Amino acid sequence: MAKGFVCIQVERCKGCGFCVEFCPTRVLALSSAFNSKGYHPPHVVNGEKCSGCDLCGIYCPDFAIFGWKARASEGAAHAG
Amino acid sequence: MTAVVETPVINPVEPFLRMDRMPHIWCPGCGIGTTVNCFARALIESKADPEKLAVVSGIGCTGRVAGYLHVDSFHTTHGRAIPFATGLKLANPSLQVVVYSGDGDLFAIGGNHLIHAARRNIDLKVICVNNFIYAMTGGQTAPTTPEPATTTTAPYGSYEPAFNLPYLTESAGATYVARWTTYHVRQLTRSIVEMLQKKGFCLIEVLSPCPTLYQRRNRLGDALETMKYYKERSKTRHGAPTSEVGLTMQGDIVVGKFVDRDRPDYLESMRRRLAEQLGDKFAGVGVLA
Ligand SMILES: Cc1ncc(C[n+]2csc(CCOP(=O)(O)OP(=O)(O)O)c2C)c(N)n1
Ligand code: SF4
Ligand code: SF4
Ligand code: SF4
Repeated sequence: MAKGFVCIQVERCKGCGFCVEFCPTRVLALSSAFNSKGYHPPHVVNGEKCSGCDLCGIYCPDFAIFGWKARASEGAAHAG
Repeated sequence: MTAVVETPVINPVEPFLRMDRMPHIWCPGCGIGTTVNCFARALIESKADPEKLAVVSGIGCTGRVAGYLHVDSFHTTHGRAIPFATGLKLANPSLQVVVYSGDGDLFAIGGNHLIHAARRNIDLKVICVNNFIYAMTGGQTAPTTPEPATTTTAPYGSYEPAFNLPYLTESAGATYVARWTTYHVRQLTRSIVEMLQKKGFCLIEVLSPCPTLYQRRNRLGDALETMKYYKERSKTRHGAPTSEVGLTMQGDIVVGKFVDRDRPDYLESMRRRLAEQLGDKFAGVGVLA
């Protein structure tokens, strides 16, 4: 059960890779898909490992991703 | 189990941004946006009253910050962020005045304003994004460009010694001086919170990638390469003598809080002096005080 969640707004992404590199639990990978500007946005590959620490959100220079912690009432792994 | 997943409606930085101006102009991997995330989170953490906050920028890629922040902000002329900010502070001493600008704006054309604001100890909180170059105008040599980096005005490599910003700012009289990089997002956020609580002239230097001009021209790879360089070569040394924290091209980077001291700020000194001299005739300072 994931302790946190991550939300990716793919159209804002410019593919720098900061979020992928600095996620402490390697939740993310750059996708092979393109967004409409031609960048490869991240996608979730290890959703259950997300702690909701929001480091991805603090690093993202384009405000395209953020994480948040699950509340006790939240259970299902939901990421992406 | 039926779980209700409550998605927070928005990214925590968004309430601090003018979303109608997004997407911003910054290049892929430019570190300026990362510093804005830290600033926004520091505002949340410090419970700063947005009604009492003003952000002032000069001109440059970093100078665009003022125009993107959804707080009272002032996008001023090149090099003059500090004089505008000084005016704001003196007219309305209850404002928390933050200056957010580039190394060129603050230390080249604006360098004289900066040292005098530090000398007078004007209560300004300065965030200086240092990308080692004049980015907005195409990558000219700045007073921070390390030898022997190549720039558009130094095609054979720079041979000028660079300013050591923390040393210069401490020598001029600042009460708080720190340096971080865009890799150190948690430390930078904490440092901004701390700086907002200080009284007097404060400066945080933030090293930040400019992949389009500085990194590319010097064949240093992309922004992620630079972030890894920051991670690998930064050494935290709180209280390090600022004379020892000068930077070299791709060398070790000393980060940390170097200066944290107290001395009367400009308004306090002015009030004391004028009250002594004028007694009952002294009507206070600040038009809006
Ligand atoms: C009086 C004046 N001189 C020169 C310029 C051209 N100019 C605009 S931004 C800039 C330098 C920007 O460098 P920096 O402050 O380091 O910001 P960056 O773009 O690197 O974030 C210069 C020289 C100007 N706008 N006004
Ligand atoms: S919130 Fe933290 S753990 Fe989750 S994806 Fe972002 S950086 Fe990784
Ligand atoms: S940090 Fe932001 S812009 Fe960079 S790859 Fe991740 S989502 Fe995209
Ligand atoms: S030119 Fe450099 S500093 Fe300016 S937006 Fe692009 S990467 Fe950032």
